[in-house]
Amino acid sequence: MSEHALPTQTTPHIDALALEREIAQLIVKGLNLPMQPEDIDPEAALYGEGLGLDSIDILEIALIVSKQYGIQLRADNQENARIFTSLRNFAQYVAEQRIK
Amino acid sequence: MSALPLIAHDQPTAVVAYRRGRPISAAQFLHDVHALAWRLPTGAHVLNFCDDRYWFAVGLAASLVSGKCSILPSTHTPEVIRHLRAFAPDVFCLSDDPQCPIELPQVLCTQPAAALNGSSRAPVRFQVPQIDAGQLAAYVFTSGSSGTPVPHAKTWGRLVQCVRAEMTRLAPIDPAQCAILGTVPAQHMYGFESTVLLPLQSGAALCAERPFFPADIAAALRALPRARVLISTPVHLRALLTAEQALPELQLIVSATAMLPANLAREVESRYGATLLEIYGSTETGQMASRRTALEDQWWLWPGVQLTLSDGHCSVHGGHVEQPITVADVLEPTDAEHFVLHGRTADLVNIAGKRSSLAYLNHQLNAIPGVVDGAFFVRDDSQASLAGVTRLAALAVAPRLDAAHIIKALRARIDAVFLPRPLLLVEHLPRNATGKLPHHALVALTAQAAMQQPHLFA
Repeated sequence: MSEHALPTQTTPHIDALALEREIAQLIVKGLNLPMQPEDIDPEAALYGEGLGLDSIDILEIALIVSKQYGIQLRADNQENARIFTSLRNFAQYVAEQRIK
Repeated sequence: MSALPLIAHDQPTAVVAYRRGRPISAAQFLHDVHALAWRLPTGAHVLNFCDDRYWFAVGLAASLVSGKCSILPSTHTPEVIRHLRAFAPDVFCLSDDPQCPIELPQVLCTQPAAALNGSSRAPVRFQVPQIDAGQLAAYVFTSGSSGTPVPHAKTWGRLVQCVRAEMTRLAPIDPAQCAILGTVPAQHMYGFESTVLLPLQSGAALCAERPFFPADIAAALRALPRARVLISTPVHLRALLTAEQALPELQLIVSATAMLPANLAREVESRYGATLLEIYGSTETGQMASRRTALEDQWWLWPGVQLTLSDGHCSVHGGHVEQPITVADVLEPTDAEHFVLHGRTADLVNIAGKRSSLAYLNHQLNAIPGVVDGAFFVRDDSQASLAGVTRLAALAVAPRLDAAHIIKALRARIDAVFLPRPLLLVEHLPRNATGKLPHHALVALTAQAAMQQPHLFA
């Protein structure tokens, strides 16, 4: 029985990196950013300095993850401060919340 | 000079606002207004930076009853604040955020009234203040072309006249029965008129929240216990449709800030089962015309507002418009009350509802130490995004700087929506013999750069 309680991914670390890369590609393409997906520092802030995104970009990202992963972002979500601190944290949030 | 009431709510229990679905009465509103007015500093100019729309309205009303003028710039970069200090040296900032980043003397309007000695000075009897129609109520700003924001004075009487005209266009709905939710900030001219002044002057309830994501808009609407009006923009409406967001029943949807395509208007009306009214206006003129975009092309002017064409320019006068104003858009009058909008003059840009001019943006780019020459332009080759927004591009000659440094310097000067994507560094700009930059030459140089640096053109 205990096997059923384990996560289905056998190599979560590699999956997490793959998801991070996939989201980086979606963001660079969706926002028309003048850079390559691999140029995004996964630890750098998405807002303000860092990657330099603004509120329209964050709305675009909300639409991208709603379409791609079925996630509804909310501004009053207590976790938002953490989610947008970096691509890595955002990818982790998507991994936890995705329904498709 | 005649006087006009601060609010149309004539009973102490009338609901002036909702916050998270909970009502705030007219009596409470006037109490908060008097308590705040009593502790405002002596300066005559107020930068109202409140994000919460209820506190913005309290700040506006407190400023009005104490004869102060609200300062409403469209953006709050350090460069704009520096200009405001020069424009009005006594300006102070009214905010609802203890960590407000604006570099001006601060007044926090959310300080609990109980902690104030002055709160007992609020009148016990319910009495709506009357404000002189000729009183200077606000300065709103356009970006201008010389790098200095241009102020436009608004008197209380003209502001009220403008939104009373708007009320007549909302028929057959009765605004006094509605709650009005806005996705635009109160500091933006459209937000100021339609999400603050309109509810205060029509007896409707405003909503303190400014929801952002589609799911937030739905939640804020669901929390409202009465008929709902949504004041929004093409960007937010497109986002709602793209996210396939369900909404509770709406009486009316209003859109402004940028042209709403007719097919988007029809889609919104059929998806949400509500009439969509589009409003035309500008910072200089205020709101001045409306149309049902799903069904009609022509705009219907506010009562008394007239258009005059001369030398290819269109001038607006009459009604609530204080003095004749030449509009930057190309308007063609079709009869005394209607016009067709043919587009904008080439220098104006509108990104996600924020307006600026290429001349202003170019001025800011060229003012950065180390930038020898530079120009913004509108790319016509880039794809619009999911929210329907297309960004600007820029070329710069700056032998000693890199693009990241220039972007950082621009961020302190211009609103982030205008930051170029991409900013390309070149050896020289393709100026012609008269020093002008033909659009086709900018596009050709960009295409050439795209061949050399393809990763900049995702």
